Amino acid sequence: MSNDGVNTSRRTFLIGLTSTVGVAGAIGAAVPFVKSWQPSAKAENAGAPVEVDVSKLEMGQRVVAEWRGQPVWVVRRTDDMVANLDKLNDQLKDPESKDKQQPPYAANEWRSIKKEYLVLIGICTHLGCSPLFEEEPTVELKYGGFFCPCHGSKFDLAGRVYEGVPAPTNLVVPPHSYVSDAVIIVGSEEGETKA
Amino acid sequence: MMRVVNGLIDWVDARLPVVNAYKKHMSEYYAPKNFNFWYYFGVLSMVVLVNQLLTGIWLTMFYSPSQGFESVEYIMRDVQWGWLIRYMHAVGASAFFAVVYIHMFRGLMYGSYKPPRELVWIFGMLIYVALMAEGFLGYVLPWGNMSYWGAQVIISLAGAIPFDILPFIGPDDAKDIGEALTTWVRGDYLLSTATVNKFFALHVVAIPLVLVALVFLHILALHEVGSNNPDGVEIKQNKDENGIPKDGIPFHPYYTVKDLPGVIIFLMIFAVVIFFFPTGGGYLIEKPNFVAANPLKTPDHIAPVWYYGPYYAMLRATTIEWLGMSSKTWGLIAMGGGIVVLFLLPWLDRHPVKSIRYKGWLSKLLLFVFAADFLMLGYLGTQPATGTAKTLAQIGTVYYFLFFFIGLPLAHRFEKSKPVPERVTGGH
Repeated sequence: MSNDGVNTSRRTFLIGLTSTVGVAGAIGAAVPFVKSWQPSAKAENAGAPVEVDVSKLEMGQRVVAEWRGQPVWVVRRTDDMVANLDKLNDQLKDPESKDKQQPPYAANEWRSIKKEYLVLIGICTHLGCSPLFEEEPTVELKYGGFFCPCHGSKFDLAGRVYEGVPAPTNLVVPPHSYVSDAVIIVGSEEGETKA
Repeated sequence: MMRVVNGLIDWVDARLPVVNAYKKHMSEYYAPKNFNFWYYFGVLSMVVLVNQLLTGIWLTMFYSPSQGFESVEYIMRDVQWGWLIRYMHAVGASAFFAVVYIHMFRGLMYGSYKPPRELVWIFGMLIYVALMAEGFLGYVLPWGNMSYWGAQVIISLAGAIPFDILPFIGPDDAKDIGEALTTWVRGDYLLSTATVNKFFALHVVAIPLVLVALVFLHILALHEVGSNNPDGVEIKQNKDENGIPKDGIPFHPYYTVKDLPGVIIFLMIFAVVIFFFPTGGGYLIEKPNFVAANPLKTPDHIAPVWYYGPYYAMLRATTIEWLGMSSKTWGLIAMGGGIVVLFLLPWLDRHPVKSIRYKGWLSKLLLFVFAADFLMLGYLGTQPATGTAKTLAQIGTVYYFLFFFIGLPLAHRFEKSKPVPERVTGGH
């Protein structure tokens, strides 16, 4: 093909211009395809808060509820369990809960609103398995806690992660509050969030 | 009669180059005459691909993503011959990886990725990655408990991408991005029907289209440069007066006839597995997958199917925290790096000799240990990561990377290679 009489700079400009408009159009057209992968309005509605009645929970026991498809644990800790929490501080990655794995009202030594009730999302922060609850001391956990059977991560009875295990952070405390003395609402902060 | 047929062929050929294509890819595609046992596995992966496409199309006729577990049970119990089609598909997935791994090892042994076959290797690697995606998506569809928890583990990996290495993004933002990304992939705040529906579409339409296109490109690129062989000799450098390689024989009929018995023996073994060991003792279909997905009950031991074992072992073995990144992030880097490094293979291998036959003792030893290492990692990836197993996986992971970054680039400096012959040999 002969290029005689071709204005190359005008041709380059036009190619650049049409390509830019074309790419912008393609990005615009991709938006609905990408956005359709987001949770639908129906799925958004289904993420409603869940109430847990803990009045019948025995000392040292745990109850499992479900919120947004995740297991939520409520553990009623004995005074001994709470007292043992600070004995482990030197073996933990984040004993003071500096990492924002909990709402501000649970960012204390015992990681809960009331010392007695610990509320956690029961999913290991490593790869999403559900750790086992060990209320009695075991070889791995001197004062009890949570042990993940998948990759051996260990957490104390405030959901704080040990050093030297694959899980990078403490277990997550979900947003929650007290509707009454013994009814916790998970996923909502409309009730009481002070002890 | 023959006149009509020939007339028809001529008519089509004037409009579409069918005769030309047949000659180029079959009757006048000259393949080296010294192919051995290891050269069955390319054609076998084509056979398995056809099996997967055929059984896969049939399974979509009975499967429904909103009732994943129930519809698979329906296929297994109520659909006539449904159990056979399902087991052909499930066992076929493992067979696919088995033949592809052997096919890749063949390439590694005989240097089939070296110039001028880099693109053949790259397309092959893209097929391998597409296959891993396809396998994962397909494993989620029966919505058993291992489908659920396996998907949970893999999707949560998106949360380990270190977005905070980008400027202006803090650790908290990185976490939010990771969470937004996992929500986007799931299409929900948890793994749900929305996720299964999406994975179904990707598994049956999107990835198979990509896979078939890549297979086409893999073969097109191969037929452009010509096949390698166990001697690593370029047969195109020795042509007769007609321009035909002296050591080449037409693919059809010679290799079609050679491949046929290989296919038959493969299908016999395949049938034995389908009929007598369809779950492979929990290695092909894991035991927890015979129970419906249960978000509140984690299986005691979450393990991937065997073909992801090596990379899963690397993910778990990485427990270092370094440069301000978590062990989870480094695990992700090890796992991803283990695959990325394979793409770089043509440029990492600096050995002047192609085939392992003429390389020195060091290259042979390194390759043998690499194969053993890969198998060991594969096994460890399916087992709980306890004391000794964890240490072994860590050693295995280090060797895996050393092989690619130290062994392949430098081995030739420490060994004496044998002279490479001019023409192909019978292997003696």
